[in-house]
Amino acid sequence: MNKGLYIHVPFCLSKCPYCDFYSVAFDSDTANQYKNAVKRNLRYYLSQNSGLRFDTVYFGGGTPILLWREICDIMDEIQPYIAENAEITIEANPCCTNENVLCSLKQHNVNRISFGLQSGNDNELKALGRRHTAKVGADAVKMAYKAGFENISGDIMLGVPLQTKKSLIETIGYMSFLTLSHISAYLLKIEPGTPFAKKQLTLPDDDGYADIYLETVSRLADKGYKQYEISNFAKPGMESRHNLKYWRCEEYLGIGPAAHSYFNGERFAVGRDLSAFIESDVQPAFITERECGDYEEWAMLKLRLCEGLDFRTAEKRFGISKEDILKKCRLIPDKLYRADDKAIRLTPEGFLVSNAVIGILTDI
Amino acid sequence: MADKEYMQEIRNFCIIAHIDHGKSTLADRILEQTETVAQREMEEQILDNMDLERERGITIKARAVRLRYKADDGETYVFNLIDTPGHVDFNYEVSRSLNACEGAILVVDASQGIEAQTLANTYLAIEQDLELVPVINKIDLPSAHPDEVKEEIETVIGIPADEAPLISAKMGINIKDVMEQVVKNVPAPKGDPDAPLKALIFDSYYDAYKGVIVYVRIKDGTLKPGDRIKMMATGAEFDVVDVGYMGAKNLENAKELRAGEVGYIAASIKSIGDTKVGDTVTLVNNPADEPLEGYRNVNPMVYSGIYPADGAKYGDLRDALEKLQLNDASLTFEPETSIALGFGFRCGFLGLLHMEIIQERLEREYNLDLVTTAPSVVYKITKTDGETIYIDNPTNYPDPSEIEVAEEPMVKANIYTPSDYVGSIMDLCQERRGTFKDMKYLDLNRVEMHYDLPLNEIVYDFFDALKSRTKGYASYDYEMSGFVPSRLVKLDILLNGEVVDALSFVVHADKAYARARKIAEKLKDNIPRQLFEVPIQAAVGGKIIARETVKAMRKDVLAKCYGGDITRKKKLLEKQKEGKKRMRQLGSVEVPQEAFMAVLKLDE
Repeated sequence: MNKGLYIHVPFCLSKCPYCDFYSVAFDSDTANQYKNAVKRNLRYYLSQNSGLRFDTVYFGGGTPILLWREICDIMDEIQPYIAENAEITIEANPCCTNENVLCSLKQHNVNRISFGLQSGNDNELKALGRRHTAKVGADAVKMAYKAGFENISGDIMLGVPLQTKKSLIETIGYMSFLTLSHISAYLLKIEPGTPFAKKQLTLPDDDGYADIYLETVSRLADKGYKQYEISNFAKPGMESRHNLKYWRCEEYLGIGPAAHSYFNGERFAVGRDLSAFIESDVQPAFITERECGDYEEWAMLKLRLCEGLDFRTAEKRFGISKEDILKKCRLIPDKLYRADDKAIRLTPEGFLVSNAVIGILTDI
Repeated sequence: MADKEYMQEIRNFCIIAHIDHGKSTLADRILEQTETVAQREMEEQILDNMDLERERGITIKARAVRLRYKADDGETYVFNLIDTPGHVDFNYEVSRSLNACEGAILVVDASQGIEAQTLANTYLAIEQDLELVPVINKIDLPSAHPDEVKEEIETVIGIPADEAPLISAKMGINIKDVMEQVVKNVPAPKGDPDAPLKALIFDSYYDAYKGVIVYVRIKDGTLKPGDRIKMMATGAEFDVVDVGYMGAKNLENAKELRAGEVGYIAASIKSIGDTKVGDTVTLVNNPADEPLEGYRNVNPMVYSGIYPADGAKYGDLRDALEKLQLNDASLTFEPETSIALGFGFRCGFLGLLHMEIIQERLEREYNLDLVTTAPSVVYKITKTDGETIYIDNPTNYPDPSEIEVAEEPMVKANIYTPSDYVGSIMDLCQERRGTFKDMKYLDLNRVEMHYDLPLNEIVYDFFDALKSRTKGYASYDYEMSGFVPSRLVKLDILLNGEVVDALSFVVHADKAYARARKIAEKLKDNIPRQLFEVPIQAAVGGKIIARETVKAMRKDVLAKCYGGDITRKKKLLEKQKEGKKRMRQLGSVEVPQEAFMAVLKLDE
């Protein structure tokens, strides 16, 4: 059985002021202990689940590229359990990348790289507390091509301080010029407890965010990036197979502190505590959902995708008829969704208010 | 001829003070020093035993306690300390409690001087011929200026204050002086223990075991267990089971209550409605010719719809109101239905504070989540067919074509303020359609202003507005002064084209536009953006006079679904569902409870 594997690499050189993901300062001793713990856990889960194979692997963080040696080592360990044509992604910070690192990773079968580019504008990058410039970002992408990567993704942050319509269009131009195969465009969200939350930032209001988002969707489409999820865009066939698993309710195993799993019918997560992860024989996980795999969860995730919620599956798996769903649509303005015989899908405007729309469509 | 000597040793008195001037603390110190309550048993402020009373520093219900005090003259006196409510809403109750006394301790804060409520209650006390014992409290504070306060007492109230004890109730300083002055200056009660019974009811409460416990002051006659009594105003008759005194902690049985004494009656009374404050208790077989003077039937002045936020809690709300009514006969309620809010109750209150207290007790003591409609006064409508009706719910306000004369209730308001704020108070009162009567300087810096004001202009937020325009220095009280004809209109609020009955209210024609605009704005700010645009309109008699729009929602999204962590999304959906519970679905519009509340506070 093929499943996804997510490995959370909780190390960073420094913390970005908007980020609330779990990470600690990098040091090589701890990194080594961490690696051993990852390998120990992988052996454990593989021994408990005979026949388990991974067709997607994702090293997320944190700044996984800092641990490129350890990751190569981990890849060696799990090689026998990797399915054919697997998608193996690593997140990378442009400023920690060099040719040697990229080549090593490539040699160890990592075949997709996701750069935290965020912007093509140096002032915005600075405001976001990023360590790289637009030039450094572009060089990193070129280096990746040179090392043999063909599937390269870049992040764009929308609604960041100092961003204007003009600078946004320039950033999109910058990304497409780099011939990325995939782009994730996230609206900046101020997370409580982060330095950004304490600062008095001038940020767009809801209408401003909405305009920026819609502009991005249409500009990316012009450049050949087709939207396939609320925040994700790809050249044809280059969608992230790993991330699609999340939204299609397919299973994935998460390893590392703060990693989440949907594995053997259970959703569970590991605590945000690196030393506990290192010291435990098996990572200390706790169940996050009592009920999972129900209609609400499925609909909530499927409606994030452009492929939408298909009526046949709703009927077959959850006994919810097309009519039940369409009846609810009366509470939703027409321009927010499209429905045909097969499925209901949100439009980009619908994605923007998807919390409210999903709330209505899952209230059945 | 019975012995009347016992009366010489009785002192019946109350304490008059402004909020926070230390009434309850002084009462506690007196209780301590008369050793009625051992120090270790002292709970702060024993007389105010509702949580709410302690927090707000006000007395809601009257209470009484009997103490023994050994005075410097060697005699032991019986003190009956009757605590009075301190707010204008309870004016009538105050006057009845005062009537049970011969004297009053007047507590004035040594730094703040005399305040509105003190003065209002002092006037009531003077009307009842009570002997006043002025006391200056909080002399331990650095800002105390007792000499000026003494002078103020003499000029403003017109009683000598030379000998006023300078005390600190908090620190326990000079409390004995207060008690000596009570002995010396408060007259012993008068009355004839052999005359037909006349007992004044000044409070009552419901006890689950004994039924209603009635607090009385015996004016004439004697009352014993076994006597058959009659309430002269309500006509209800009961057999007395038990009489006695109010100890600090428990009721103490006695074989009889005689003229001049303060005590309780237990007579298996089921309903507090039978024991109206101010009524006279007499004996069935030897009745008094006439009741004591001053009884009034108390009518609610302010009405509001109270609805459970969760419709399923209707029964709980009814039970809670019934329980509160056991101890508060002035609270009225009737079932009411609103299209917007579902099933609830139309509740009548003595005034705004009374309303707030009831709402707070319902929420706190009974754990209910409430939606309340804007308070309404009672309008008197003479219809074209000659019928007179009283309207306490704007929803029932008749069509203008059926109205011959519409009248609204007025109050006489007394406002006390430092002279610096006279101008802003005049502005405020003018905005509130007030008529200036007169004003007088209490001293160089303080002014008493008199206004006639429509009650409906002060029920919303007058007190808050007064406080905010005078940095909190001004205070006021009011008394009802009857109905006057007025140009009134009913203002309807429409959401998405449909009238929301719970938001309708009656307003003076000249103020309709301004009020309509403000309410529309407030609603706009308080109704969250929804998937559809929501038009808000205000209309008088079908004519739209104000409009606002809540624009359609444009952003409500969790952009990132990182590393397969879907917990945030699930939590968000749950939160949404929770939020929906706090919303009222009016047609296709979701209105939060806060929106109903926010329109009550327009002067912000």
